[in-house]
Amino acid sequence: MANIEVGGKSYETDEEGYLVDLASWNEDVGKYIAGIENVEMSDQHWEVINFLRDYYNEFQIAPAVRVLTKAIGKKLGADKGNSQYLYELFPYGPAKQACKIAGLPKPTGCV
Amino acid sequence: MAGPDPKAPALREYFPAIPALQPGAMAGAKSYVANDKIQESLGFPGQLAESWQDTHDAVIAKMGDLLGKQRAFKVYMDACVHCGACTDKCHYFIGTNDPKNMPVARQDLMRSVYRRYFTLPGKLFPKLVGARDLTSEVLDEWYTYYNQCSECRRCSVFCPYGIDTAEITMAGREMLDSVGYGQKYSNEIIAKVHKIGNNLGLPGPALTNTLEGLEEDVKEDTGIDVRYPLDVQGAEVLFVTPSADFFAEPHIESLIGYGKVFHAAGISWTLSTKASEAGNFGMFIGNYDQLRKIALRVREAALELGVKRIVVGECGHAWRVAYSFWNTLTGIGAGADDPFAIQLQSQLDHRYKQPMHICELTWDLIGQGAISFDKEANDHRIITFHDSCNVARGSRMGDSPGGQFEIPRNIIRAVANHYVEMAPGTTHEQTFCCGGGGGLLTDDLLDLRIKGALPRMETLQQVVDSHGVNFMATICAICKAQFTKVVPYYGFKMSMIGGVHQLVSTAIRLGDK
Repeated sequence: MANIEVGGKSYETDEEGYLVDLASWNEDVGKYIAGIENVEMSDQHWEVINFLRDYYNEFQIAPAVRVLTKAIGKKLGADKGNSQYLYELFPYGPAKQACKIAGLPKPTGCV
Repeated sequence: MAGPDPKAPALREYFPAIPALQPGAMAGAKSYVANDKIQESLGFPGQLAESWQDTHDAVIAKMGDLLGKQRAFKVYMDACVHCGACTDKCHYFIGTNDPKNMPVARQDLMRSVYRRYFTLPGKLFPKLVGARDLTSEVLDEWYTYYNQCSECRRCSVFCPYGIDTAEITMAGREMLDSVGYGQKYSNEIIAKVHKIGNNLGLPGPALTNTLEGLEEDVKEDTGIDVRYPLDVQGAEVLFVTPSADFFAEPHIESLIGYGKVFHAAGISWTLSTKASEAGNFGMFIGNYDQLRKIALRVREAALELGVKRIVVGECGHAWRVAYSFWNTLTGIGAGADDPFAIQLQSQLDHRYKQPMHICELTWDLIGQGAISFDKEANDHRIITFHDSCNVARGSRMGDSPGGQFEIPRNIIRAVANHYVEMAPGTTHEQTFCCGGGGGLLTDDLLDLRIKGALPRMETLQQVVDSHGVNFMATICAICKAQFTKVVPYYGFKMSMIGGVHQLVSTAIRLGDK
């Protein structure tokens, strides 16, 4: 377990840097974690992060990569609806790295 | 990720070559330890006892218990003659050069302690026979190096005595768990299976949402209404597949393919929320109770849904558990004799193999002419096949020896025109592990995973150079996830990794065509 300090407040993360209490997440925390991951947040990044958080609120799990690419494609155009676009935004992998920045738990298993 | 970016080792010019030793090279690669919450949810102690003596005594007692219960483990502790045949057969040793990743050395981490406490010479003259006391440093060493073995069993193929390091690793992990020293990755996943139903933690509504999305996609692609049914009472087939198939790329492409096969053959099938996981990490941690508890979810689902057949998707270790252990664990296949197992036995249709691998099902249908293909649809692919260790060395398919090698290859040749084998000695029963099996597919071991993939990457490079291979098919969710993660470090595209039923999906004829 570790802690990160954002805006004078302390947030608990696990060994791998995932936020422990996802309700405590806010955009500043997201930006801070993105900084640790060397990801510079743009509007395109936030589109993905917001979709992930909405989906998680409804289903208690991050969306499948395919669900994510489809949703992004619908919203931003077919040329963005593919995993290559997502890997450009989140080089360590859209599922894990984007979840971490969104304050969601890490997808586990054979993924 | 924190720390320096991991890098792939250079491909070797000549191989197999015995690596120059680098003692302690991987001593620092220690997978995260499970916290007390995870441990306790599986019935293990939350953490190590405060007093070392208590931990020490508990480990030795557990070792005695396992030696009494598992004859193979006892024989493996006694039988090794240090001939050295196994030394350079482990992908982790080849990739890391750490001598403790030689199979014999990995075994000796435990054998030395066994000798000290369970053999007369070791009790009397420990130094003469390589026996040593169990200390907390030894226990840490066990934790580190038993979490650097993927239980792939390649070394056992070359051992003249057939010593199976995987069994020793499993025993090691079982001893560690029993004293509160478990691995986070595996144990967190097992806890999720019990709590939510699968390794991923995918709840029912998310599963429904994902499957509905797939039906839309396939309709859009093909114009045909292929169904991906969930929890359908009275379906003929219960299909059990790794939960990664619902979530990850390229896994989901094979899921699409399974559905198309059932559709084209007109077989009624269902997935199950309760049995939404074929994987069984209980085997990885060597814990029989967990192995059984996880397997029983499949039996419960089969009984509730009233299915006649149970078919397993593309998952290496799941097929080993299904093929080799489901019978006595659950009564799927003959063996178990409790009332529920007997009920299941009478429910299942024994004209079919129980359980059956999806590759067996597809190959049978091809043989009957029940499904057909436009092979040209795969003409953009030059394909090779990576045998997954638990299928290759822990199970079988079909009716003849070696079926687990031939059936997936036969399917590929039936659905595609360009197929190439990788180098002999690195396929079939001598296949190399992908480098991420056995509970090591975790980000905190990424460096080990990249290095462990080295031998497979070398043989892949050969067929890329010689034949222009651009697709490596596998039938294991771990292989797929591991390779897509590590091949870019070796200069390959992640899109060249996929499933056998992804190829089936591309070429299968649907509807009235």
